[in-house]
Amino acid sequence: MNEFIQHTINGLALGSIYALVALGYTMVFGVLQLINFAHGDIFMVGSFVGLYFIRWFMPNVEPSLLTTIIVILVAMVGSATVGVIIEKFAYRPLRKAPRINILITAIGVSLLLEYGGQLIFGASPQFFPDILPRKQIDLGGAIYLDSNQVTIFLVSFVLMLVLQFLVFKTQFGRAMRAISHSLETANLIGINVNKVILITFIIGSSLAGAAGVLYGVAYPKIDPLLGLLPGLKAFIAAVLGGIGNVTGAVIGAILLGLSETYVAGYISSTYRDALAFLILILVLLLRPAGLLGTKKIEKV
Amino acid sequence: METTLNVEGLQVNYGNVQALKGISFKVPKGKIVSLIGANGAGKTTTLKAISGNCKSAGVVVFNNHPITNKESFQLVAEGLIHCPEGRGVFPNLTVMENLQLGIVGRHSAKANFNKNLEECFVLFPRLKERINQIAGTLSGGEQQMLAIARALIGEPELLLLDEPSLGLAPLVVKLIFEIIVRINKDKGVTVLLVEQNAKQALKISNYAYVLETGKILLEGTGADLLNNDDVKKIYLGEH
Ligand SMILES: Nc1ncnc2c1ncn2[C@@H]1O[C@H](COP(=O)(O)OP(=O)(O)O)[C@@H](O)[C@H]1O
Ligand SMILES: [Mg+2]
Repeated sequence: MNEFIQHTINGLALGSIYALVALGYTMVFGVLQLINFAHGDIFMVGSFVGLYFIRWFMPNVEPSLLTTIIVILVAMVGSATVGVIIEKFAYRPLRKAPRINILITAIGVSLLLEYGGQLIFGASPQFFPDILPRKQIDLGGAIYLDSNQVTIFLVSFVLMLVLQFLVFKTQFGRAMRAISHSLETANLIGINVNKVILITFIIGSSLAGAAGVLYGVAYPKIDPLLGLLPGLKAFIAAVLGGIGNVTGAVIGAILLGLSETYVAGYISSTYRDALAFLILILVLLLRPAGLLGTKKIEKV
Repeated sequence: METTLNVEGLQVNYGNVQALKGISFKVPKGKIVSLIGANGAGKTTTLKAISGNCKSAGVVVFNNHPITNKESFQLVAEGLIHCPEGRGVFPNLTVMENLQLGIVGRHSAKANFNKNLEECFVLFPRLKERINQIAGTLSGGEQQMLAIARALIGEPELLLLDEPSLGLAPLVVKLIFEIIVRINKDKGVTVLLVEQNAKQALKISNYAYVLETGKILLEGTGADLLNNDDVKKIYLGEH
Protein backbone atom coordinates (compact mmCIF):
# COMPACT_ATOMS: atom_id res chain seq x y z
CA MET A 1 0.00 0.00 0.00
CA ASN A 2 2.75 2.44 0.95
CA GLU A 3 4.52 1.65 -2.27
CA PHE A 4 1.32 2.41 -4.15
CA ILE A 5 1.00 5.78 -2.45
CA GLN A 6 4.61 6.58 -3.32
CA HIS A 7 4.01 5.67 -6.97
CA THR A 8 0.87 7.77 -6.98
CA ILE A 9 2.73 10.81 -5.69
CA ASN A 10 5.43 10.34 -8.31
CA GLY A 11 2.85 9.75 -11.03
CA LEU A 12 0.92 12.89 -10.12
CA ALA A 13 4.11 14.95 -10.32
CA LEU A 14 4.97 13.57 -13.74
CA GLY A 15 1.37 13.98 -14.86
CA SER A 16 1.36 17.64 -13.76
CA ILE A 17 4.33 18.36 -16.02
CA TYR A 18 2.63 16.58 -18.91
CA ALA A 19 -0.52 18.56 -18.17
CA LEU A 20 1.23 21.92 -18.51
CA VAL A 21 2.53 20.86 -21.92
CA ALA A 22 -0.67 19.12 -23.01
CA LEU A 23 -2.65 22.33 -22.36
CA GLY A 24 -0.69 24.12 -25.08
CA TYR A 25 -1.33 21.37 -27.60
CA THR A 26 -5.00 21.33 -26.87
CA MET A 27 -5.47 25.11 -26.87
CA VAL A 28 -3.67 25.59 -30.17
CA PHE A 29 -5.58 22.68 -31.66
CA GLY A 30 -8.79 24.30 -30.45
CA VAL A 31 -8.21 27.54 -32.34
CA LEU A 32 -6.31 26.34 -35.41
CA GLN A 33 -7.13 22.61 -35.69
CA LEU A 34 -3.39 22.27 -35.87
CA ILE A 35 -1.21 19.79 -34.05
CA ASN A 36 1.63 22.11 -33.22
CA PHE A 37 4.54 19.71 -33.57
CA ALA A 38 6.88 22.43 -32.40
CA HIS A 39 5.20 22.59 -29.00
CA GLY A 40 7.49 19.99 -27.39
CA ASP A 41 10.42 22.06 -28.55
CA ILE A 42 8.96 25.19 -27.01
CA PHE A 43 9.04 23.22 -23.77
CA MET A 44 12.74 22.51 -24.42
CA VAL A 45 13.34 26.21 -25.08
CA GLY A 46 11.88 26.93 -21.64
CA SER A 47 14.40 24.59 -20.06
CA PHE A 48 17.32 26.22 -21.83
CA VAL A 49 16.15 29.77 -21.21
CA GLY A 50 15.99 28.81 -17.52
CA LEU A 51 19.43 27.23 -17.64
CA TYR A 52 21.13 30.18 -19.34
CA PHE A 53 19.35 32.70 -17.20
CA ILE A 54 20.72 30.99 -14.10
CA ARG A 55 24.23 30.75 -15.60
CA TRP A 56 24.38 34.35 -16.70
CA PHE A 57 22.41 36.23 -14.13
CA MET A 58 22.31 34.23 -10.93
CA PRO A 59 25.28 31.83 -11.01
CA ASN A 60 25.81 31.79 -7.26
CA VAL A 61 22.26 32.10 -6.13
CA GLU A 62 21.01 30.28 -3.06
CA PRO A 63 18.58 27.53 -3.99
CA SER A 64 15.11 28.50 -2.87
CA LEU A 65 11.49 28.40 -3.93
CA LEU A 66 11.68 32.10 -4.81
CA THR A 67 14.68 31.49 -7.10
CA THR A 68 12.79 28.71 -8.79
CA ILE A 69 9.74 30.87 -9.32
CA ILE A 70 11.84 33.66 -10.83
CA VAL A 71 13.50 31.20 -13.21
CA ILE A 72 10.10 29.80 -14.15
CA LEU A 73 8.74 33.27 -14.92
CA VAL A 74 11.74 34.07 -17.10
CA ALA A 75 11.41 30.76 -18.95
CA MET A 76 7.70 31.46 -19.48
CA VAL A 77 8.56 34.77 -21.13
CA GLY A 78 11.25 33.08 -23.24
CA SER A 79 8.98 30.30 -24.46
CA ALA A 80 6.12 32.70 -25.08
CA THR A 81 8.41 34.84 -27.23
CA VAL A 82 9.38 31.84 -29.33
CA GLY A 83 5.70 30.85 -29.57
CA VAL A 84 4.76 34.33 -30.79
CA ILE A 85 7.50 34.31 -33.42
CA ILE A 86 6.39 30.90 -34.68
CA GLU A 87 2.74 31.89 -34.88
CA LYS A 88 3.41 35.24 -36.56
CA PHE A 89 5.99 34.17 -39.10
CA ALA A 90 5.34 30.49 -39.72
CA TYR A 91 1.65 29.80 -39.13
CA ARG A 92 -0.19 33.07 -39.71
CA PRO A 93 0.85 33.45 -43.37
CA LEU A 94 -0.64 30.00 -43.99
CA ARG A 95 -4.00 30.68 -42.39
CA LYS A 96 -5.88 30.26 -45.65
CA ALA A 97 -3.63 27.57 -47.13
CA PRO A 98 -4.60 23.88 -47.15
CA ARG A 99 -4.24 22.18 -43.77
CA ILE A 100 -1.36 19.98 -44.93
CA ASN A 101 0.86 23.01 -45.58
CA ILE A 102 0.67 24.24 -42.03
CA LEU A 103 1.15 20.72 -40.68
CA ILE A 104 4.36 20.30 -42.67
CA THR A 105 5.45 23.76 -41.56
CA ALA A 106 4.92 22.72 -37.94
CA ILE A 107 7.20 19.74 -38.44
CA GLY A 108 9.74 22.02 -40.11
CA VAL A 109 9.64 24.48 -37.20
CA SER A 110 10.10 21.58 -34.79
CA LEU A 111 13.19 20.35 -36.63
CA LEU A 112 14.52 23.88 -36.82
CA LEU A 113 14.25 24.31 -33.06
CA GLU A 114 15.76 20.90 -32.33
CA TYR A 115 18.74 21.15 -34.64
CA GLY A 116 19.06 24.91 -34.25
CA GLY A 117 19.20 24.15 -30.52
CA GLN A 118 22.00 21.65 -31.07
CA LEU A 119 23.88 24.25 -33.08
CA ILE A 120 23.57 26.86 -30.35
CA PHE A 121 23.69 24.80 -27.17
CA GLY A 122 25.61 21.77 -28.43
CA ALA A 123 24.23 18.27 -28.68
CA SER A 124 25.49 16.89 -25.40
CA PRO A 125 23.36 17.04 -22.28
CA GLN A 126 23.96 19.88 -19.85
CA PHE A 127 23.46 19.85 -16.16
CA PHE A 128 20.49 21.86 -14.91
CA PRO A 129 21.64 23.66 -11.74
CA ASP A 130 20.07 23.11 -8.34
CA ILE A 131 17.75 26.02 -7.81
CA LEU A 132 15.56 24.28 -5.31
CA PRO A 133 16.77 23.08 -1.92
CA ARG A 134 16.86 19.29 -2.10
CA LYS A 135 14.71 18.08 0.73
CA GLN A 136 12.64 15.02 1.27
CA ILE A 137 9.65 15.21 3.50
CA ASP A 138 9.15 11.92 5.31
CA LEU A 139 5.45 11.16 5.34
CA GLY A 140 6.10 8.02 7.37
CA GLY A 141 5.97 4.43 6.26
CA ALA A 142 8.76 4.94 3.72
CA ILE A 143 6.70 7.43 1.74
CA TYR A 144 8.57 10.52 0.67
CA LEU A 145 7.50 13.76 -0.82
CA ASP A 146 10.36 15.47 -2.62
CA SER A 147 10.75 19.25 -2.60
CA ASN A 148 10.69 19.01 -6.43
CA GLN A 149 7.33 17.43 -6.28
CA VAL A 150 5.93 20.00 -3.90
CA THR A 151 7.08 22.72 -6.27
CA ILE A 152 5.64 20.93 -9.29
CA PHE A 153 2.28 20.54 -7.57
CA LEU A 154 2.27 24.11 -6.38
CA VAL A 155 3.30 25.73 -9.65
CA SER A 156 1.10 23.62 -11.90
CA PHE A 157 -1.88 24.02 -9.59
CA VAL A 158 -1.56 27.80 -9.59
CA LEU A 159 -1.01 27.95 -13.35
CA MET A 160 -3.98 25.72 -14.05
CA LEU A 161 -6.21 27.82 -11.81
CA VAL A 162 -5.14 30.94 -13.69
CA LEU A 163 -5.77 29.17 -16.97
CA GLN A 164 -9.17 27.94 -15.86
CA PHE A 165 -10.06 31.52 -15.03
CA LEU A 166 -8.79 32.84 -18.37
CA VAL A 167 -10.60 30.23 -20.42
CA PHE A 168 -13.93 30.17 -18.62
CA LYS A 169 -14.34 33.61 -17.10
CA THR A 170 -12.87 36.18 -19.46
CA GLN A 171 -13.76 37.63 -22.82
CA PHE A 172 -10.53 36.19 -24.21
CA GLY A 173 -11.59 32.71 -23.11
CA ARG A 174 -15.05 33.06 -24.60
CA ALA A 175 -13.53 34.29 -27.85
CA MET A 176 -11.08 31.38 -27.86
CA ARG A 177 -13.85 28.84 -27.37
CA ALA A 178 -15.94 30.60 -30.02
CA ILE A 179 -13.07 30.30 -32.49
CA SER A 180 -12.68 26.64 -31.67
CA HIS A 181 -16.26 26.15 -32.78
CA SER A 182 -16.09 28.27 -35.90
CA LEU A 183 -13.31 30.62 -36.86
CA GLU A 184 -15.45 32.03 -39.63
CA THR A 185 -18.40 32.95 -37.41
CA ALA A 186 -16.05 34.28 -34.75
CA ASN A 187 -14.48 36.58 -37.30
CA LEU A 188 -17.88 37.60 -38.57
CA ILE A 189 -19.20 38.79 -35.23
CA GLY A 190 -16.16 40.98 -34.63
CA ILE A 191 -13.67 38.82 -32.79
CA ASN A 192 -10.14 39.83 -33.70
CA VAL A 193 -9.21 36.29 -34.54
CA ASN A 194 -5.50 36.83 -35.07
CA LYS A 195 -5.17 38.54 -31.73
CA VAL A 196 -6.95 35.73 -29.91
CA ILE A 197 -4.82 33.10 -31.65
CA LEU A 198 -1.70 35.01 -30.69
CA ILE A 199 -2.76 35.17 -27.04
CA THR A 200 -3.50 31.45 -27.20
CA PHE A 201 0.07 30.82 -28.35
CA ILE A 202 1.42 33.08 -25.61
CA ILE A 203 -0.48 31.20 -22.92
CA GLY A 204 0.20 27.71 -24.29
CA SER A 205 3.89 28.42 -24.84
CA SER A 206 4.44 29.98 -21.45
CA LEU A 207 2.87 26.97 -19.74
CA ALA A 208 5.28 24.77 -21.70
CA GLY A 209 8.15 27.04 -20.62
CA ALA A 210 7.19 26.63 -16.97
CA ALA A 211 7.03 22.88 -17.50
CA GLY A 212 10.50 23.00 -19.07
CA VAL A 213 12.00 24.43 -15.88
CA LEU A 214 10.07 22.04 -13.63
CA TYR A 215 11.36 19.19 -15.77
CA GLY A 216 14.91 20.47 -15.50
CA VAL A 217 14.57 20.67 -11.73
CA ALA A 218 13.21 17.13 -11.52
CA TYR A 219 15.44 15.50 -14.17
CA PRO A 220 18.49 17.75 -14.21
CA LYS A 221 20.05 16.80 -17.54
CA ILE A 222 18.79 18.69 -20.54
CA ASP A 223 19.63 18.67 -24.24
CA PRO A 224 18.04 20.20 -27.34
CA LEU A 225 16.13 17.03 -28.17
CA LEU A 226 14.64 17.07 -24.70
CA GLY A 227 11.21 18.06 -25.99
CA LEU A 228 10.72 15.05 -28.20
CA LEU A 229 9.48 12.41 -25.83
CA PRO A 230 7.67 14.54 -23.22
CA GLY A 231 6.18 16.51 -26.12
CA LEU A 232 4.87 13.39 -27.74
CA LYS A 233 3.50 12.11 -24.45
CA ALA A 234 1.81 15.40 -23.65
CA PHE A 235 0.26 15.26 -27.10
CA ILE A 236 -1.00 11.75 -26.38
CA ALA A 237 -2.37 13.00 -23.07
CA ALA A 238 -4.25 15.72 -24.93
CA VAL A 239 -5.67 13.16 -27.35
CA LEU A 240 -6.61 10.90 -24.45
CA GLY A 241 -8.48 13.74 -22.74
CA GLY A 242 -10.10 14.85 -25.99
CA ILE A 243 -7.98 17.24 -28.03
CA GLY A 244 -9.37 20.75 -27.96
CA ASN A 245 -10.71 20.28 -24.45
CA VAL A 246 -8.80 22.10 -21.71
CA THR A 247 -10.11 20.05 -18.80
CA GLY A 248 -9.59 16.87 -20.81
CA ALA A 249 -5.93 17.68 -21.34
CA VAL A 250 -5.32 17.88 -17.59
CA ILE A 251 -7.19 14.65 -16.91
CA GLY A 252 -5.44 12.83 -19.77
CA ALA A 253 -2.05 14.02 -18.56
CA ILE A 254 -2.63 12.97 -14.95
CA LEU A 255 -3.87 9.55 -16.11
CA LEU A 256 -0.84 9.12 -18.34
CA GLY A 257 1.61 10.20 -15.63
CA LEU A 258 0.04 7.81 -13.14
CA SER A 259 -0.09 4.85 -15.49
CA GLU A 260 3.50 5.36 -16.60
CA THR A 261 4.65 5.39 -13.01
CA TYR A 262 2.63 2.31 -12.06
CA VAL A 263 3.90 0.39 -15.09
CA ALA A 264 7.48 1.40 -14.31
CA GLY A 265 7.02 0.54 -10.65
CA TYR A 266 5.14 -2.73 -10.85
CA ILE A 267 6.12 -4.17 -14.20
CA SER A 268 9.29 -2.74 -15.66
CA SER A 269 10.55 0.70 -16.57
CA THR A 270 11.38 -0.69 -20.01
CA TYR A 271 7.71 -0.55 -20.85
CA ARG A 272 7.13 2.95 -19.59
CA ASP A 273 7.63 4.77 -22.86
CA ALA A 274 5.77 2.16 -24.88
CA LEU A 275 2.72 2.58 -22.65
CA ALA A 276 1.94 6.06 -23.99
CA PHE A 277 1.83 4.73 -27.54
CA LEU A 278 -0.32 1.81 -26.50
CA ILE A 279 -2.74 4.31 -24.96
CA LEU A 280 -2.70 6.37 -28.15
CA ILE A 281 -3.56 3.34 -30.26
CA LEU A 282 -6.33 2.30 -27.89
CA VAL A 283 -7.85 5.76 -27.80
CA LEU A 284 -7.78 6.07 -31.57
CA LEU A 285 -9.41 2.66 -31.93
CA LEU A 286 -11.98 2.85 -29.18
CA ARG A 287 -12.76 6.48 -28.56
CA PRO A 288 -11.13 8.76 -31.11
CA ALA A 289 -12.75 11.86 -29.64
CA GLY A 290 -11.00 11.20 -26.32
CA LEU A 291 -12.46 10.97 -22.85
CA LEU A 292 -14.10 14.42 -22.76
CA GLY A 293 -14.04 15.17 -26.47
CA THR A 294 -17.08 15.90 -28.54
CA LYS A 295 -17.97 14.01 -31.69
CA LYS A 296 -17.25 17.05 -33.80
CA ILE A 297 -13.50 16.52 -33.47
CA GLU A 298 -13.57 13.10 -35.10
CA LYS A 299 -13.91 14.34 -38.64
CA VAL A 300 -10.65 16.29 -38.42
CA MET B 1 -31.82 62.01 -46.35
CA GLU B 2 -28.72 60.59 -44.75
CA THR B 3 -27.38 57.40 -46.26
CA THR B 4 -25.99 54.85 -43.84
CA LEU B 5 -24.73 52.46 -46.47
CA ASN B 6 -23.95 53.10 -50.08
CA VAL B 7 -22.78 50.25 -52.28
CA GLU B 8 -21.51 50.84 -55.80
CA GLY B 9 -20.38 48.28 -58.35
CA LEU B 10 -19.78 45.56 -55.77
CA GLN B 11 -18.13 42.51 -57.29
CA VAL B 12 -17.09 39.23 -55.69
CA ASN B 13 -15.38 36.30 -57.36
CA TYR B 14 -15.04 32.82 -55.96
CA GLY B 15 -12.24 31.41 -58.07
CA ASN B 16 -13.45 32.03 -61.60
CA VAL B 17 -17.11 32.12 -60.64
CA GLN B 18 -18.44 35.64 -60.38
CA ALA B 19 -20.95 35.62 -57.52
CA LEU B 20 -21.65 39.37 -57.61
CA LYS B 21 -21.48 41.11 -60.94
CA GLY B 22 -21.28 44.72 -59.84
CA ILE B 23 -24.34 45.60 -57.79
CA SER B 24 -25.29 49.01 -56.45
CA PHE B 25 -27.79 49.92 -53.76
CA LYS B 26 -28.37 52.26 -50.83
CA VAL B 27 -29.59 51.91 -47.28
CA PRO B 28 -30.94 55.23 -45.94
CA LYS B 29 -30.53 55.93 -42.23
CA GLY B 30 -33.29 54.61 -40.02
CA LYS B 31 -34.90 52.46 -42.73
CA ILE B 32 -35.35 48.79 -43.42
CA VAL B 33 -34.01 47.81 -46.81
CA SER B 34 -34.23 44.26 -48.00
CA LEU B 35 -32.47 42.20 -50.57
CA ILE B 36 -34.60 39.35 -51.78
CA GLY B 37 -33.72 36.56 -54.13
CA ALA B 38 -33.61 32.83 -54.60
CA ASN B 39 -31.09 30.46 -53.11
CA GLY B 40 -27.66 31.10 -54.62
CA ALA B 41 -28.52 34.60 -55.87
CA GLY B 42 -25.61 36.10 -53.92
CA LYS B 43 -27.41 37.53 -50.88
CA THR B 44 -25.05 36.11 -48.26
CA THR B 45 -22.07 37.05 -50.39
CA THR B 46 -23.31 40.65 -50.51
CA LEU B 47 -23.54 40.85 -46.73
CA LYS B 48 -20.16 39.19 -46.27
CA ALA B 49 -18.53 41.59 -48.70
CA ILE B 50 -20.00 44.56 -46.84
CA SER B 51 -19.00 43.31 -43.41
CA GLY B 52 -15.43 42.49 -44.38
CA ASN B 53 -15.84 38.75 -44.53
CA CYS B 54 -14.96 38.20 -48.16
CA LYS B 55 -12.74 39.98 -50.66
CA SER B 56 -14.55 42.30 -53.04
CA ALA B 57 -14.09 44.98 -55.63
CA GLY B 58 -16.21 48.11 -55.85
CA VAL B 59 -17.04 50.82 -53.37
CA VAL B 60 -18.79 50.43 -50.05
CA VAL B 61 -19.39 53.59 -48.07
CA PHE B 62 -20.61 53.39 -44.48
CA ASN B 63 -21.55 56.61 -42.67
CA ASN B 64 -19.78 58.62 -45.37
CA HIS B 65 -16.45 56.88 -45.37
CA PRO B 66 -15.22 54.06 -47.59
CA ILE B 67 -14.90 50.68 -45.89
CA THR B 68 -14.15 48.38 -48.81
CA ASN B 69 -12.08 45.42 -47.62
CA LYS B 70 -11.68 46.64 -44.06
CA GLU B 71 -11.39 43.85 -41.51
CA SER B 72 -14.56 42.54 -39.97
CA PHE B 73 -13.60 43.44 -36.39
CA GLN B 74 -12.85 47.03 -37.40
CA LEU B 75 -16.31 47.37 -38.90
CA VAL B 76 -18.01 45.88 -35.86
CA ALA B 77 -16.16 48.46 -33.79
CA GLU B 78 -17.82 51.14 -35.95
CA GLY B 79 -21.27 49.67 -35.45
CA LEU B 80 -21.70 47.66 -38.63
CA ILE B 81 -22.90 44.37 -37.21
CA HIS B 82 -23.61 41.21 -39.17
CA CYS B 83 -26.03 38.64 -37.84
CA PRO B 84 -25.05 35.52 -39.76
CA GLU B 85 -27.12 33.02 -41.66
CA GLY B 86 -28.20 29.76 -40.05
CA ARG B 87 -26.87 28.87 -36.65
CA GLY B 88 -24.67 31.83 -36.11
CA VAL B 89 -24.46 31.22 -32.39
CA PHE B 90 -21.73 29.30 -30.61
CA PRO B 91 -23.41 26.07 -29.48
CA ASN B 92 -20.54 25.23 -27.10
CA LEU B 93 -21.03 28.46 -25.12
CA THR B 94 -23.88 29.38 -22.82
CA VAL B 95 -26.57 31.87 -23.82
CA MET B 96 -24.96 34.45 -21.53
CA GLU B 97 -21.51 33.84 -23.00
CA ASN B 98 -22.88 34.27 -26.51
CA LEU B 99 -24.43 37.56 -25.46
CA GLN B 100 -21.21 38.69 -23.82
CA LEU B 101 -19.47 38.19 -27.14
CA GLY B 102 -21.85 40.80 -28.55
CA ILE B 103 -19.51 43.49 -27.23
CA VAL B 104 -16.27 41.71 -28.04
CA GLY B 105 -15.39 44.04 -30.88
CA ARG B 106 -17.66 46.92 -29.98
CA HIS B 107 -15.87 48.93 -27.33
CA SER B 108 -18.38 51.75 -27.17
CA ALA B 109 -21.16 49.36 -26.10
CA LYS B 110 -19.24 47.86 -23.18
CA ALA B 111 -20.46 50.33 -20.60
CA ASN B 112 -24.09 49.73 -21.61
CA PHE B 113 -23.94 45.95 -21.51
CA ASN B 114 -26.31 45.46 -18.58
CA LYS B 115 -28.83 47.97 -19.86
CA ASN B 116 -28.80 46.43 -23.34
CA LEU B 117 -29.09 42.97 -21.84
CA GLU B 118 -32.26 43.99 -20.02
CA GLU B 119 -33.67 45.44 -23.22
CA CYS B 120 -32.94 42.19 -25.01
CA PHE B 121 -34.78 40.29 -22.32
CA VAL B 122 -37.81 42.49 -22.98
CA LEU B 123 -37.68 41.56 -26.66
CA PHE B 124 -36.80 37.94 -26.02
CA PRO B 125 -38.10 36.83 -22.63
CA ARG B 126 -37.22 33.23 -23.48
CA LEU B 127 -33.54 34.02 -23.49
CA LYS B 128 -33.75 35.26 -19.95
CA GLU B 129 -35.15 31.94 -18.79
CA ARG B 130 -32.38 30.09 -20.59
CA ILE B 131 -29.51 32.39 -19.75
CA ASN B 132 -27.21 29.70 -18.34
CA GLN B 133 -28.15 27.02 -20.82
CA ILE B 134 -25.67 25.82 -23.44
CA ALA B 135 -26.71 27.52 -26.69
CA GLY B 136 -26.55 24.26 -28.64
CA THR B 137 -29.51 22.97 -26.64
CA LEU B 138 -31.81 25.82 -27.72
CA SER B 139 -34.44 25.33 -30.41
CA GLY B 140 -33.81 26.76 -33.87
CA GLY B 141 -36.02 29.76 -33.19
CA GLU B 142 -34.35 30.44 -29.86
CA GLN B 143 -30.93 30.26 -31.49
CA GLN B 144 -32.05 32.81 -34.05
CA MET B 145 -33.31 35.06 -31.25
CA LEU B 146 -29.98 34.66 -29.51
CA ALA B 147 -28.10 35.61 -32.66
CA ILE B 148 -30.21 38.76 -33.06
CA ALA B 149 -29.92 39.59 -29.36
CA ARG B 150 -26.14 39.24 -29.53
CA ALA B 151 -26.06 41.66 -32.44
CA LEU B 152 -28.26 44.15 -30.54
CA ILE B 153 -26.02 44.02 -27.47
CA GLY B 154 -23.37 45.62 -29.68
CA GLU B 155 -25.62 48.64 -30.37
CA PRO B 156 -25.59 48.38 -34.16
CA GLU B 157 -25.84 51.47 -36.33
CA LEU B 158 -26.44 49.18 -39.25
CA LEU B 159 -27.66 45.65 -38.72
CA LEU B 160 -27.09 43.13 -41.49
CA LEU B 161 -29.58 40.30 -41.06
CA ASP B 162 -29.04 37.17 -43.11
CA GLU B 163 -32.22 35.09 -43.55
CA PRO B 164 -33.44 35.32 -39.97
CA SER B 165 -36.56 33.33 -40.84
CA LEU B 166 -34.80 30.40 -42.48
CA GLY B 167 -36.06 27.01 -41.33
CA LEU B 168 -38.35 28.36 -38.60
CA ALA B 169 -41.96 27.48 -37.85
CA PRO B 170 -44.53 30.00 -39.21
CA LEU B 171 -45.38 31.39 -35.78
CA VAL B 172 -41.74 31.95 -34.98
CA VAL B 173 -41.22 33.57 -38.37
CA LYS B 174 -43.99 36.00 -37.59
CA LEU B 175 -42.44 36.80 -34.23
CA ILE B 176 -39.00 37.37 -35.76
CA PHE B 177 -40.37 39.81 -38.34
CA GLU B 178 -42.27 41.69 -35.63
CA ILE B 179 -39.08 41.98 -33.70
CA ILE B 180 -37.17 43.32 -36.69
CA VAL B 181 -39.79 46.05 -36.98
CA ARG B 182 -39.50 46.88 -33.29
CA ILE B 183 -35.72 47.03 -33.49
CA ASN B 184 -36.07 49.48 -36.33
CA LYS B 185 -38.93 51.60 -34.95
CA ASP B 186 -38.13 51.61 -31.23
CA LYS B 187 -34.37 51.58 -31.32
CA GLY B 188 -33.85 53.37 -34.61
CA VAL B 189 -31.52 50.70 -35.94
CA THR B 190 -30.99 50.79 -39.69
CA VAL B 191 -31.52 47.32 -41.12
CA LEU B 192 -30.31 45.61 -44.27
CA LEU B 193 -32.35 42.43 -44.43
CA VAL B 194 -31.65 39.49 -46.68
CA GLU B 195 -34.51 37.04 -47.21
CA GLN B 196 -35.90 34.29 -49.36
CA ASN B 197 -39.22 34.85 -47.64
CA ALA B 198 -40.00 37.70 -49.99
CA LYS B 199 -43.55 38.36 -48.87
CA GLN B 200 -42.77 38.97 -45.22
CA ALA B 201 -39.61 40.88 -46.03
CA LEU B 202 -41.33 43.20 -48.51
CA LYS B 203 -44.15 43.88 -46.05
CA ILE B 204 -41.81 45.38 -43.49
CA SER B 205 -39.35 47.04 -45.88
CA ASN B 206 -39.21 50.68 -46.82
CA TYR B 207 -37.29 49.77 -49.93
CA ALA B 208 -36.14 46.55 -51.54
CA TYR B 209 -33.94 45.11 -54.26
CA VAL B 210 -34.41 41.84 -56.09
CA LEU B 211 -31.17 39.99 -56.64
CA GLU B 212 -30.79 37.30 -59.27
CA THR B 213 -27.54 35.46 -60.00
CA GLY B 214 -25.35 38.29 -58.84
CA LYS B 215 -27.27 41.14 -60.46
CA ILE B 216 -30.00 43.49 -59.29
CA LEU B 217 -33.07 42.79 -61.35
CA LEU B 218 -35.63 45.11 -59.83
CA GLU B 219 -35.95 47.66 -57.09
CA GLY B 220 -38.72 49.65 -55.50
CA THR B 221 -40.57 50.30 -52.29
CA GLY B 222 -41.76 47.23 -50.45
CA ALA B 223 -45.36 47.98 -51.47
CA ASP B 224 -44.42 48.46 -55.14
CA LEU B 225 -42.62 45.16 -55.32
CA LEU B 226 -45.43 43.33 -53.55
CA ASN B 227 -47.67 44.43 -56.41
CA ASN B 228 -45.16 43.86 -59.18
CA ASP B 229 -46.27 41.08 -61.53
CA ASP B 230 -42.83 39.54 -61.97
CA VAL B 231 -42.20 39.51 -58.26
CA LYS B 232 -45.62 38.03 -57.65
CA LYS B 233 -44.99 35.26 -60.13
CA ILE B 234 -41.43 34.36 -59.24
CA TYR B 235 -41.03 35.18 -55.58
CA LEU B 236 -44.47 35.19 -54.07
CA GLY B 237 -45.73 32.10 -55.86
CA GLU B 238 -48.90 33.86 -57.09
CA HIS B 239 -50.29 33.58 -60.60
N1 LIG C 1 -17.13 30.05 -50.36
C1 LIG C 1 -17.61 29.91 -51.61
N2 LIG C 1 -16.85 29.35 -52.60
C2 LIG C 1 -17.31 29.21 -53.84
N3 LIG C 1 -18.54 29.59 -54.23
C3 LIG C 1 -19.34 30.14 -53.32
C4 LIG C 1 -18.92 30.32 -51.96
N4 LIG C 1 -19.94 30.90 -51.28
C5 LIG C 1 -20.93 31.05 -52.17
N5 LIG C 1 -20.58 30.61 -53.38
C6 LIG C 1 -21.41 30.65 -54.62
O1 LIG C 1 -21.79 31.99 -54.84
C7 LIG C 1 -23.14 32.07 -55.23
C8 LIG C 1 -23.90 32.95 -54.25
O2 LIG C 1 -23.96 32.33 -53.00
P1 LIG C 1 -24.64 32.99 -51.72
O3 LIG C 1 -24.15 34.38 -51.60
O4 LIG C 1 -24.43 32.11 -50.57
O5 LIG C 1 -26.17 32.98 -52.15
P2 LIG C 1 -27.47 33.19 -51.27
O6 LIG C 1 -27.08 33.66 -49.91
O7 LIG C 1 -28.26 34.18 -52.03
O8 LIG C 1 -28.17 31.87 -51.23
C9 LIG C 1 -23.66 30.66 -55.29
O9 LIG C 1 -23.59 30.22 -56.61
C10 LIG C 1 -22.71 29.89 -54.43
O10 LIG C 1 -22.58 28.57 -54.87
MG1 LIG D 1 -27.45 32.83 -48.09
